[in-house]
Amino acid sequence: MIRSEILREIAPILRPHLVICNIGLPSQEMHLIDDQPTNFYMLGTMGLSSSIGLGLALAQPKQVISIDGDGSVLTNLGTLPTIANNVADNFILLIIDNGSYGSTGDQPTYAGKKTKLEKVAEACGCENVVVCQDVDTGKVLQAALDSKKMTVIVVKCDSGNIKVPVITMDPVVIRHRFMEAVKA
Amino acid sequence: MSIHKRIVDDFVANDVSFITTVPCKQLAGVIDEVEARDEIFHIPANKEDEGMGLCAGAFMGGKRAAIIMQNTAIGVTINTLATLTQFYRMPLPILISYRGELREPVSCQVEMAVHTKALLAQLNIPTYHFHWQKDVEEFDNILKYTFMCNKPVAILTDANFWGGYGDQ
Repeated sequence: MIRSEILREIAPILRPHLVICNIGLPSQEMHLIDDQPTNFYMLGTMGLSSSIGLGLALAQPKQVISIDGDGSVLTNLGTLPTIANNVADNFILLIIDNGSYGSTGDQPTYAGKKTKLEKVAEACGCENVVVCQDVDTGKVLQAALDSKKMTVIVVKCDSGNIKVPVITMDPVVIRHRFMEAVKA
Repeated sequence: MSIHKRIVDDFVANDVSFITTVPCKQLAGVIDEVEARDEIFHIPANKEDEGMGLCAGAFMGGKRAAIIMQNTAIGVTINTLATLTQFYRMPLPILISYRGELREPVSCQVEMAVHTKALLAQLNIPTYHFHWQKDVEEFDNILKYTFMCNKPVAILTDANFWGGYGDQ
């Protein structure tokens, strides 16, 4: 499976929760598949999906899922020790690990070579790290939500993209709509 | 009252309850004070752009957030300031240790100091420079201004403000 197929499959699980969508195609795909006020679309700032999600989870009680990518986590590796040392049990970091920089033409990442992000997360002190195959994403994500424990999920999948339109919604509208959903 | 306590009192009085920090030796006292206060959730960041991401999330979760960092980090955070904090119109007080200014003992620090105000000006970030301890009296107004206008606002604090480094 490729990322868009995974997102399509887990959209019903994501829908009731606050979701931080990573820059580029992941945001565009989520916007196309299941646009919700509870989705925060990153239009810029590669690497910060996990940081935004952690800050949000620490600031309020609703469950937060950050959809991240292997390339983006590699950009902001310092996020993993911060997550490990500031436990928010309403936070799930969902890393779609397709071993490539999908939004820029599928150049290989180091996570697609020798680097194992799940081991990095464990070494950083993250206590609940789950690795799964693409087809099991929904089951693993639901189990993590039900556990009410901060969890890092690394989903191994194929690289590849579908054609999706860019998001034309104004960023202040995205942010305002999202904040209203957080408060609701 | 210590300058550190005064600054953190102003943060608390303005309902800032989430602060991320990346240390600088000029900031050690204020970071200790942030850590000590029950009213504030203190989350050290490994890099300043990561810290700004944490602040963005906390703000969207309903908390007023701030970052404390060194001016060298302006070089690290320009993209984040432009494409996250400013693009989504989020308030962010940035309390900055302004290294490389008067009474600075380390020459390399001057190399970023000479770019600091120019970069902030290029980003249209309202910028204040505390050089004398009495300048802290403006801090409360600056915080109110930041949350009024929903912008990142920089407060540069130089070595003279913090009392220098002793014998030099």
